[in-house]
Amino acid sequence: MTNDSSLSTVVVVRNPQGLHARPADMLVRLANQFDSTIKIGKGSEHVDCKSILSLLTLGAAAGTELSISAFGSDADAAIQAIVELFEAGFHEMNDEE
Amino acid sequence: MVELQGIPVSPGVAIGPALVLDADGYRIPRCLVAADDAEDEYARLSQAVDFVSARLETNRLETSAAAGNSTGDIFAAQLQMLHDPRLHAELGRRIRDDHQSAPYAVSRVLNNYATALRRLDNPLLADRAEDVLDIEKQLLFELGAVTRQPLADLSEPVIVLAHGLSPSETANLDRRYVRGFCTETGGPGGHTAIVAKGLELPAVVGIGPFLDSVNSAGTVIVDGDRGRVIIDPDEQVLCEYRKRLADRRSLTARLAELKDLPAETADGLKLQLSANIEFPSEAEGCLQRGADGIGLYRTEFLYLASEREPSEEDHYEAYSQVVREMDGRPVVIRTLDLGADKMGKRPHAEYEHNPSLGLRSIRLSLRNSNLFRPQLRAILRAAVLGDIRIMFPLITTIGELRQARMLLNVVAEDLQDSGVPYRSDIPVGMMVEVPAAVVMLDVFAREVDFFSIGTNDLAQYTLAVDRSNEYVANLYQSCDPAVLRLIAHSIEVANANNIPISVCGEMSSNPARALLLIGMGVRCLSVPPSALHRLKKAIRSVTSEQCRQIAERVMKLETAKDVDLYLLDRLEALVPELVVS
Repeated sequence: MTNDSSLSTVVVVRNPQGLHARPADMLVRLANQFDSTIKIGKGSEHVDCKSILSLLTLGAAAGTELSISAFGSDADAAIQAIVELFEAGFHEMNDEE
Repeated sequence: MVELQGIPVSPGVAIGPALVLDADGYRIPRCLVAADDAEDEYARLSQAVDFVSARLETNRLETSAAAGNSTGDIFAAQLQMLHDPRLHAELGRRIRDDHQSAPYAVSRVLNNYATALRRLDNPLLADRAEDVLDIEKQLLFELGAVTRQPLADLSEPVIVLAHGLSPSETANLDRRYVRGFCTETGGPGGHTAIVAKGLELPAVVGIGPFLDSVNSAGTVIVDGDRGRVIIDPDEQVLCEYRKRLADRRSLTARLAELKDLPAETADGLKLQLSANIEFPSEAEGCLQRGADGIGLYRTEFLYLASEREPSEEDHYEAYSQVVREMDGRPVVIRTLDLGADKMGKRPHAEYEHNPSLGLRSIRLSLRNSNLFRPQLRAILRAAVLGDIRIMFPLITTIGELRQARMLLNVVAEDLQDSGVPYRSDIPVGMMVEVPAAVVMLDVFAREVDFFSIGTNDLAQYTLAVDRSNEYVANLYQSCDPAVLRLIAHSIEVANANNIPISVCGEMSSNPARALLLIGMGVRCLSVPPSALHRLKKAIRSVTSEQCRQIAERVMKLETAKDVDLYLLDRLEALVPELVVS
């Protein structure tokens, strides 16, 4: 018997500058707090959410829809935390003058 | 002998041995290790990663302490890249399975990532490619594959041949040894071109791929007048160019003798001849060449030269240095004239589909008053030291001008309240570089103290041509009759309202075009310091009536080409010394 579960959802990149270095760094840090395998995808391309270089090469500009899927014991919490981070626009919107 | 054609962006001739930089300034050859040594090779890589990691962490802490966390985070992201699990998986596979040397694996994998980022066609992510390559370079250094920066520690004259050079790389070239440069990429309107001209380094850009066929030891001639680069010239060509170099030097020496004479025509029409600068250190040279003032101080490099945003003190120091140096002569400071396209890694940089029509220049400043205020404060404070004037770029509507002036007043009140010395009565001017501003110039004339025509942008917006776009750059002609009519109209309105008007774009630095502008009624010209002597020579060689006749004839011509040919013809007749053979 395993508690592992697989979950997926869709998020939208809200911060105006897209998924550039700073948000990607935040996302990787967050993903690393979970044991689950987390994938993030644009169209048919799915990459490891714990790899900043993969995230950057997705080239996700503002408005891009991304699919998030997680597999593992804490998949639920991982998805929830990631969705919150995207919804908060990576806390970047407040920096804009 | 190989002859290449590119875009001439900075005039002059340079001859010297080639220093070839490949795309990233170094090249790692394909190299394999014995299967038995693969594990040791991987251990060597791990150790290099540890060293680089420690250095990045130090950078992060020191930068955060000095410039705040958001700047320090640049290194946090680099650290994240260095420890990327996919990166290590790929490096491990190449070293352990394919038996590649650590330097070769590092170079291949990181270059692939950089290429992938550049291909996304997003300026913000293209800059991340630089971060990736920076990590590559640091790893290669730790692995002993790169020993030094090729452009540091030069000890003999060289001509730099590179894929591309950034404006800051160009600015940092060691002027004692670098005689000129040529690059595969680049265009006539780029900042690299402006810097090269400012530094008086003969330069040819946009040649297209050629580095692979160059032997690094050969002699190279850079002909910045014609956009020609000659690699391994034969004796005859070399002799010809050596003679041109000698002729140029003697002409330069003769022109330099004019420096203390006024810029006035043979019949006594006095003109104001000022200089355009980017760096405070250029002011001294302007004075030595007899400039009447600084007609255009471009402040962009304060923003581009450093990773962090310039503080009020950074601005103040730069402006104070220039105004002190100019010793009472006027200094026109143009506020930030950058767009999202050129802000690089700055937090204000946003990706725009069409940056030339986007959030740039005064629009960017008005949207980001935290960026704008320190600059305005510094200008008002430095104005205590001399004749400083402020000029706003890319003003398109009267509302923008009023908003900018209002912010200036608010800043002045702040300074007053906090008891900081400043001058509130400094002349306020605007650039005329958008057709809308020309059309409405009579309205603007009631609210400014001076105008300055920026011919580069005016031509770009009149002709709907982005001059940095290689597909249409050939359509960009500052002597297009449409542009000339807008300039003529501007001069007429300015003169009718008694508002001084100058021309500070590239157009005025060409002696023949300068004579045309004088004929059209312009009395103030501002040009790169390197053009001051040539321009003075041209002005002193003609009468105001000859200039007027040139303008009268030109305004009847129908194409830019006709204008250019006619102007060249007149210059040849009136000031033959200045026509380069």
